[in-house]
Amino acid sequence: MQPVWKSICAVDDIPVLGARVVKRSGQHDVAVFRNDADQVFALLDRCPHKGGPLSQGIVYGERVACPLHNWNIELQSGCAAAPDEGCTQKFSVKVEDGKVYLDVNELMGQTAEAA
Amino acid sequence: MKKLKLVMVGNGMAGVRTLEELLKIAPDIYEITVFGAEPYANYNRILLSPVLAGEQTVKDIMLNDVDWYQENGITLHLGKKIAKIDRSKRIVIAEDGTTAEYDRLLLATGSNPFILPVPGKDLQGVISYRDIQDTNAMIDAARQYKHAVVIGGGLLGLEAANGLKLRGMDVTVVHLPNWLMERQLDPTAGKMLQKSLEDRGLKFLLEKNTKELIGDADDGKGGRVKAVRFTDGLEVPADLVVMAVGIRPNTTLAESAGLYCNRGIVVNDTMQTYDPRVYAVGECVNHRGTAYGLVAPLFEMAKVCANHLGNFGIGRYQGSVTSTKLKVTGIDLFSAGEFMGGEGAEEIVLSDPIGGVYKKLVLKDDKLVGACLYGDTVDGSWYFKLLREGRNVGEIRDTLMFGESNTGRPGDTGHEGFTKAAAMPDDAEVCGCNGVCKGTIVKAIKEKGLFTLEDVRKHTKASASCGSCTGLVEQIVMATAGGDFSASPKAKPMCGCTDHTHQEVRAAIKANKLLTIPQVMQFMEWRAPNGCSSCRPALNYYLISTWPHEAKDDPQSRFINERAHANIQKDGTYSVVPRMWGGETTADELRRIADTVDKFKIPTVKVTGGQRIDLLGVKKEDLPAVWQSLGMPSGHAYAKALRTVKTCVGSEWCRFGTQDSTLMGKQLERALWRMYAPHKVKLAVSGCPRNCAEAGIKDVGVIGVDSGWEIYVAGNGGIKTEVAEFFVKVKTHEEVLEYSGAFLQLYREEGWYLERTVHYVARVGLDYVKKRVVEDAGNRKALYERLLFSLDGEPDPWHERKQALVDERQFAPLTV
Repeated sequence: MQPVWKSICAVDDIPVLGARVVKRSGQHDVAVFRNDADQVFALLDRCPHKGGPLSQGIVYGERVACPLHNWNIELQSGCAAAPDEGCTQKFSVKVEDGKVYLDVNELMGQTAEAA
Repeated sequence: MKKLKLVMVGNGMAGVRTLEELLKIAPDIYEITVFGAEPYANYNRILLSPVLAGEQTVKDIMLNDVDWYQENGITLHLGKKIAKIDRSKRIVIAEDGTTAEYDRLLLATGSNPFILPVPGKDLQGVISYRDIQDTNAMIDAARQYKHAVVIGGGLLGLEAANGLKLRGMDVTVVHLPNWLMERQLDPTAGKMLQKSLEDRGLKFLLEKNTKELIGDADDGKGGRVKAVRFTDGLEVPADLVVMAVGIRPNTTLAESAGLYCNRGIVVNDTMQTYDPRVYAVGECVNHRGTAYGLVAPLFEMAKVCANHLGNFGIGRYQGSVTSTKLKVTGIDLFSAGEFMGGEGAEEIVLSDPIGGVYKKLVLKDDKLVGACLYGDTVDGSWYFKLLREGRNVGEIRDTLMFGESNTGRPGDTGHEGFTKAAAMPDDAEVCGCNGVCKGTIVKAIKEKGLFTLEDVRKHTKASASCGSCTGLVEQIVMATAGGDFSASPKAKPMCGCTDHTHQEVRAAIKANKLLTIPQVMQFMEWRAPNGCSSCRPALNYYLISTWPHEAKDDPQSRFINERAHANIQKDGTYSVVPRMWGGETTADELRRIADTVDKFKIPTVKVTGGQRIDLLGVKKEDLPAVWQSLGMPSGHAYAKALRTVKTCVGSEWCRFGTQDSTLMGKQLERALWRMYAPHKVKLAVSGCPRNCAEAGIKDVGVIGVDSGWEIYVAGNGGIKTEVAEFFVKVKTHEEVLEYSGAFLQLYREEGWYLERTVHYVARVGLDYVKKRVVEDAGNRKALYERLLFSLDGEPDPWHERKQALVDERQFAPLTV
């Protein structure tokens, strides 16, 4: 399916080394992260470990530390850094003219993780 | 880019560990070739003893099989000994003519057993104890022959003797000094060890000097060995003689290549030899005059060497303090440091020869400098830690001998020895915090080839939280992976982002007036550009506590609770605890709390142990409105900061009360709230010695007596209950404020992040704290002034959010 990009917020609306939560109806939230190189990443806001809200974690490099048990999740892939194992769903992100876009089809799609 | 060629000579533990470390950090720089003289891939040499004893097999002790080399693109030449290094052409040449070019050469040639230069040393049946071949030769001999003589009553000799005995031989150990393991044990422990081994059927001949080995040929000079003769004329039968009198660094190849050697290949702190293209690690090196034969230092070297090979110009090897454990099942023995004592040293000794327990601790200037334990070694790792850290143990001297669990330090779970750790069933829980069973740890050690406590922590989370099971986990690592393994011997760095310790970082921030996290990271050469979730909160605290009103708080470097000013719960909701000064409340406050609970449909309301009310299950979006609706100050129940001041009713109502504890508590809380600290801080004030406010387990506990107030410090009601220690007695409320405040400011300025007052005081000593706060009035006032300055204008994060730099965006979710 073709991506349908929708502007979610400006890059500057996300704190540097922080995150914002994107609410979805009937599905788990999505977290959008910004690192200090102004890269933006989007992951399902659930740690693969015990479902902790990753949006609330400390962001460093290209990782976020889950606030519940400090698993370190790669922002690029959504996968836990070794030795922990597990991945959370990642979402496509596009940044253009300082705006952050997510793919509506992907956001609305039913996913296994969102069960 | 074309890859550089790295050739490694020697395929043992130190060398291969270096490659592993290198592949971890720089997998693409080198094309690697390895030459090993033995026909085996990399195995755990330390575990040859259990193989000899029949407790493990050669297969069990393989660390990296041939597939591992293949998977990592390493060319492996087994059974090929390097005969020559041509340094000008940069090639190595094996005995069979195989050659390999190198850009970097790594020598890991290990050591050779020392063979006594006595007549008969070349007879059949005379062997050393070094590799799989020797081990197999001993196992074969045990099948055919009866009498074994082991020359050398050190670590290796005794392990060999024990193994041969278990394989049914009649074993005599010959030793020149008059007690066993004289390099690791004092005479008393040596004798106890001897007794215990004699009970197992080993025989000992001490103070015997071997003169010659006699063969079974007619002239006694050829064939197979049949007896050992000593200088005093005594002769004992022997069909097998094992020489275990020490090792010598194997430097033949290095010397022939013209590299400077002096009892080992001499290397610098980055493991380079006199030819900077040539590195050396392991038992073959001499670093700052010491050649190491234990695995922990070798692994330290490996790490540094890999770092340097990987072009990371960081990390230096600065030598190691080592400890020893004997791998004879059923015998617990540990020694470290200067266990023999000597000039200016004091000894604390516990000796129970019948019960088979002996412990000697050697102290110098109130520091532990050596330990020798026999029979009960559970505290070995703790003593080793005290020894390495060089911590002042004056305060715990009286209970030091009784171990960690009896000194009021976070202890170990159960006083169980090595033997018990080995005998524990797999489903026994080791780490209560993370629910890790022994089986999980053993499996991780075996499958993932773990060696150190740190590795086990990372992979299993065992002992990664409260640390109270650390001793037990170390015992399991030892029992599973073999002895000699210990945590990194140097002072612990803050985290993986730096080699600097908390202390060094604190000092640098102060000395160089560093004001921001990026400044600290740049100045201290952080490896990761914006640190990690472990160092950033620590740095943020150090900055704001060292330079109040100058360093700017960085909320993104704070843990979520301190960023959201509420406690995150397992389902992602938050809990809210408003402040109730001294645990007192009013009808009006309670009404507002009740209304707030109704209005925001807060599911759970709970009374806390700190005399406050906890509202649980609040949605993050609702937090600002909930705070507003409560109209009460933040309770900081979520922060590394002053939490509560618990009080009893006191003289205003209580018929026993001697002082107005509630008033005192309220005054303390009003003076100290909004105070961030290395960890949470809890206070209590009781109005009489009945101590209903439980002041004895608080960071600062104040108890009213007829003539004034007694102040206690460094108590703790957490993982391990710690009774607070008497600090000072004062008369007035003002003095209570000043002394308590000054103590807390000292802790704020000197404590390491996440170090509670009890651990801070244990580290620096109560005497020191008293000197700074109680005895030195000028310093006390200055400390208190600095605290008040720090707190001046500190905003309430619930109601002055802008000043508190609370990012409001976090409370507003985005929508599609």
